[in-house]
Amino acid sequence: MPTRTLTPGTDVLDRALVVDPGQRVPGRASGFPLRREGPAKLTGAAKYTDDLVFPGAWFGTTIRSSEARATLRAIELDPDVDWSKVVVATAADIPGENIVSSIKDDQPLLVPIGGEIRHVAEPVALLAAPDRETLRRLRGRIRLVTEPLEPVFDPELSDHVFAEYDVKHGDPSAAFAEADLVLEGEYRVGHQEQLYIENNAMIAVPGEDGGIVIHGSMQCPYYVHNALKRALQLTSVQARVIQEETGGGFGGKEEFPSVLALHASLLALKAKRPVRMIYERHEDIVATTKRHPAVVRHRTGFAKDGTLVAQDIEVVMDGGAYCTLTPVVLSRGVLHAGGPYRCPNVRLRGRATRTNTAPNGAFRGFGAPQTEFAAEMQMNRAAELLGISPAEIRRRNVYVLGDTTPTGQLLRESVAGEEVLELALGASLFERVRERTRREAAQRTGSGTIPTGPLRTGNERRATGIGLALAWHGAGFTGSGEVHLASVASVELAAEGRIRVLTANTEMGQGTKTVFPQMVATELGVPVDWVEYAPQDTAEVLDSGPTVASRTVMVVGKLVILAARRLKETIEGRSNGVPFHEAFRDDAREHGATRIDQKFEPYPGVVFDDATYMGDAYPAYGWAAAVATVEVDLDTCEVQVVDVIAVDDVGKVIHPILCEGQVEGGTLQAVGYATIEEMKLDKGRYLNDRLATYLIPTALDAPHIRSILVEAPYSGSPHGAKGVGELPMDVGAPAVVAAIHDATGVWIHDLPATPEKILAARHGERAPAAVGPGKAA
Amino acid sequence: MPAEPPIDTPKHLFEAYELLASGPTRPIAGGTDVMVAITGELGPIPERMLDLSRIEELRGISLEADGLVLGARTTYTEIRRSALCREHLPALVEAAGTIGAAQIQNRGTLGGNIANASPAGDTLPILLAADARILVGGQRGEREIKALDYFVAYRKTALEPDELILHVRFPLPGGRQLRFRKVGTRRAQAISKVVVALGWQDGPRGWSDVRVALGSVAATPIRAAGTEAVLEGARPTPEVADRAAETLAGELQPIDDVRSTADYRRAVSARVLHRLLRDAGGW
Repeated sequence: MPTRTLTPGTDVLDRALVVDPGQRVPGRASGFPLRREGPAKLTGAAKYTDDLVFPGAWFGTTIRSSEARATLRAIELDPDVDWSKVVVATAADIPGENIVSSIKDDQPLLVPIGGEIRHVAEPVALLAAPDRETLRRLRGRIRLVTEPLEPVFDPELSDHVFAEYDVKHGDPSAAFAEADLVLEGEYRVGHQEQLYIENNAMIAVPGEDGGIVIHGSMQCPYYVHNALKRALQLTSVQARVIQEETGGGFGGKEEFPSVLALHASLLALKAKRPVRMIYERHEDIVATTKRHPAVVRHRTGFAKDGTLVAQDIEVVMDGGAYCTLTPVVLSRGVLHAGGPYRCPNVRLRGRATRTNTAPNGAFRGFGAPQTEFAAEMQMNRAAELLGISPAEIRRRNVYVLGDTTPTGQLLRESVAGEEVLELALGASLFERVRERTRREAAQRTGSGTIPTGPLRTGNERRATGIGLALAWHGAGFTGSGEVHLASVASVELAAEGRIRVLTANTEMGQGTKTVFPQMVATELGVPVDWVEYAPQDTAEVLDSGPTVASRTVMVVGKLVILAARRLKETIEGRSNGVPFHEAFRDDAREHGATRIDQKFEPYPGVVFDDATYMGDAYPAYGWAAAVATVEVDLDTCEVQVVDVIAVDDVGKVIHPILCEGQVEGGTLQAVGYATIEEMKLDKGRYLNDRLATYLIPTALDAPHIRSILVEAPYSGSPHGAKGVGELPMDVGAPAVVAAIHDATGVWIHDLPATPEKILAARHGERAPAAVGPGKAA
Repeated sequence: MPAEPPIDTPKHLFEAYELLASGPTRPIAGGTDVMVAITGELGPIPERMLDLSRIEELRGISLEADGLVLGARTTYTEIRRSALCREHLPALVEAAGTIGAAQIQNRGTLGGNIANASPAGDTLPILLAADARILVGGQRGEREIKALDYFVAYRKTALEPDELILHVRFPLPGGRQLRFRKVGTRRAQAISKVVVALGWQDGPRGWSDVRVALGSVAATPIRAAGTEAVLEGARPTPEVADRAAETLAGELQPIDDVRSTADYRRAVSARVLHRLLRDAGGW
């Protein structure tokens, strides 16, 4: 067992308690604390799961299906192999329910004999061996006997529905009849891979009490904890989950780690020793969740002046083979499908179905990037048809205070759509640049030098284009999600006088470990280095909910602040008014440890009815605008995103540098989604399942990103924060595609907007067909 | 990582030749292709490996009477930094700069690109367009192979199992022009969708010795003979460029694969050639 040590707070009394932004203080970044785990990561001292040493540990691997759909008849072990030297686990070895605990309980840990294989690379059996070489040699000696079944790959043809929503507001049919312009559009988006730097990794260590300790890379220790208890029939104490340094998640380590933790545990229990399961990149891409592909159909009615009068939107999402979090992803997708626009007559329909591909799941934005791409495409196309500017059509329709959403939610506060829009337009000189790009486009056409055929080049090599998009993003969990979660977070004054923040919320590169101590230190009036962040270990911290949905700072941050305030009151009450920072050491000596557990209380006045799907879908919304500038190579239609102005209203900026980091990272991820990231499939198998073939933007592809942070605080949080992580992911792609249109004159309706699609559209050829299996050169 | 195969590290060519003759072994230079291929995940792990990193005879860039000679172990970074390459083969310098990214360029070698013989190998169309000659050697002796004869079929070359690539000779006839363009999915670490190299000799009676070479559009790097015929003896006028582009699109038979489509490859090969001709013609 590696020993776990906490970093004790250093005694630096002369440091300022709270540092103003911009003020330079040693050990601070522009006045804000440096990343807690930063030095260890920079120097390579940080220990990720694969770096941990457990003497005597075996290596585990997964035997996977090669078919998209089949009945599993038998698992045959090669009789020429001495299987007593290794451990093989199948569904028959599962002590509890053969279920990966999630929303619908439809996913088995391992396909049982007689059960149905539902996707390529589905786990069927597990193998552990003392060394990797044995593992590699023997994995091919386990044969699956199967009977093929007819697979389904088109979500629109699937009759197995995971979730369905239908939201109606006003009278769309009557409104369409009176609209001056009715615009229809169909938009498609595909899988996107999270591509965190660290692959999924878990080590399971069997305990003396018959339990299991999990060390691993994850976002949500308590999701794993629940999954272990259920499938392995363990008590809350027997199941212990410890998050190790985690190299990125983006949603990809929200629900999937439960699967891997269960696999490692099954092997560890059977082998009676620690088992390491560390995915390599190929396996991680093949076997883990992706962003849901979607088809979004719009029918939109506008008045002549661009006022939105009716929206009829249909969203179909491909859930993949198992439900995972699909209903919630679809729900967020549907609730955001209209975009950040007031519309009196709306119909929103959503359906997510089962197909025979690997299950899709959480990914930054969680359904909203798919539907908001479609909404923004529709808005930009309408502006073009109506002859008004993309900025003007948004000014006319963007939500303002007092507007009502399709679920009947009255926007009572914290509405900053206009503000982010105007800031983005101003910072980018949008209208002026657009005038120039339009003039250039007219010159290209007017001079007759536009390519006359698909094989000719014109005078101009490159065209510049500028594009705008606007979005909203519901802060925290959807609907009554937070009420069901009932999170608890704690702040403790330990007996030795240490101040500790205890939550289950994980650091995965976004800054939890830095901002929670920062927030508590501010409340308590002590230097931030005095505040420790307890490890994300289920034996130590209570369930403060998952680290997802950009909820950490907003929801858990509130609990942490309230707990700190109560702790301060308690200590200062006992010390007859001596300030906390002077009193806490004596208090700890005298009274021992004091721990405050703060439980989530519903946000006042926020009511959502899960049955009718009406009410306050989110306590508040974050608002984002992006203006992208692209250069398109007119010979090859290659797109370079040159510049993005990203304006994001996050309620309250807790740590400007980390916040900007989120905006820049999210913007780049959106640029990848818009331009090159594409999972190609053949009969349910990913064709580009390696880093050489699934490409994301490199540093050279990254645009210059200018982030502008806006603060429209939410009164339900003591700090006013609404979350930042997902916002930039919603606006990047539609802004880039609008810029491509501005440069080339063509609309690309399907992401990514590849040069293949742009070239075909420019020359009126058929769009590239879905790729078949070919000899990859 | 699976068990490492035994690795021999000879210091001299003759030792390497002996090892090659004694049984199957996998040469490794920069390792940028080999290291990916030998993990056991994508195919069998080689039984033995032959580390070329100590053989100095495979290094060096020199200007000789019959051309510029680059040792097989010349890295892309060395090519990019070489004053000789910049002066005499700027198109190769340009190609070297499009390969992988800095780390790959520091490790990867010209000889490795040729031995790997990927149809997408970024330098290979340059070799074809420059009429390069590849000197290979083994215990049976040395021989020079024309680049055109070297790429036999998909990842199959004229190199025998007991031979090593020693160096590449680029003839430098006066007035020889070479142009290069790579189209990839992103600006670094991208395997090409289309590579075009164009070579010609400008003379009073128009262009001669025209070479149109392409990568990623067939099972091997290829030359487009029909297009070359259109350009041979011609000048890069708009009419010629149109005809050459059309001929090229007609004679290519690319495929749809994970990186691009046949339609795109065909059209963009033609468009890139058109652009190179437009630039050459100055119109």
